[in-house]
Amino acid sequence: MRATVLVRPKPGILDPQGQAVESSLRQLGFPVGDARVGRVVDLEVDAADEVAARAEVERMCEQLLANPLIESYEIELGGR
Amino acid sequence: MTESRPRIAVVAFPGSNDDRDALQALAGLGAEAVPVWHADEQLPDVAGVVLPGGFSYGDYLRCGAIARFSPAMRAVAVFAEDGGPVLGICNGFQILCEAGLLPGALRPNESLSFVCRDVDLRVERTDTPFTSLCEPGQTVSIPVKHGEGCWFADDELLAELEANGQLVLRYEHNPNGAVADVAGVVNAERNVMGLMPHPEHAVDPLLGSTDGALILRGLIAAARDRTAIAA
Repeated sequence: MRATVLVRPKPGILDPQGQAVESSLRQLGFPVGDARVGRVVDLEVDAADEVAARAEVERMCEQLLANPLIESYEIELGGR
Repeated sequence: MTESRPRIAVVAFPGSNDDRDALQALAGLGAEAVPVWHADEQLPDVAGVVLPGGFSYGDYLRCGAIARFSPAMRAVAVFAEDGGPVLGICNGFQILCEAGLLPGALRPNESLSFVCRDVDLRVERTDTPFTSLCEPGQTVSIPVKHGEGCWFADDELLAELEANGQLVLRYEHNPNGAVADVAGVVNAERNVMGLMPHPEHAVDPLLGSTDGALILRGLIAAARDRTAIAA
């Protein structure tokens, strides 16, 4: 099963990359605000069903894919 | 009476680049420095460990996140659990935070710029093996060179660490945006310390400062004590 993990800097955590991207977008004339830069991890998960797959990917996030002190994560299953 | 030369391991990972400087500095200050490869499952018979600077595993995912799974790191965790002194420098600090052996996390510098210069540090705590040779409140000059040295702890964790006296070194002029100007921390048991500045680059007047030797000599003294107890 395909799984996609979206990892983001937690709200309140300084994100200088996001600030740099926002500044560049503004220079291009896009009036954007509050840009944040995270990370996408696509995975093929061997699991019986979506419940099992989600539980497995959650464990991956807690142990490696995200640092819970500074990052939040979101898991999407299926698709593509 | 000549002082014994305690054995101290320097663990090199793929992408470490300050391991040789650490080996040389430790040897010059009176230790027997022992190189250890990340794939080694056991540490040799040592009484101290240094995790050196560099870019282990290309800093993939997050700095230090992959190195923490090295076989040698399992042995380092056991050594730390047993009370052995462990010093993580720069990337070594990042690895110790990712491994959960030290509190907090290291993020990209606030400026997004790589900083490489001598910085002044205030020694906040001298009740750790690593800073035992410093004076309380002493200012030491030691170079930093990092792109991701912005140490972070949330308010609750920061208050807890402050109360426990675990915030050991602070920048006089914060080069990276670290919370509360923190440059170095210890664990609650005070046998594991991490810092972003590089003491191994400040051990000779030719390098502009010898203040780094204070930190490394502290580690060496702790390793010597541990060797004597074991004997």
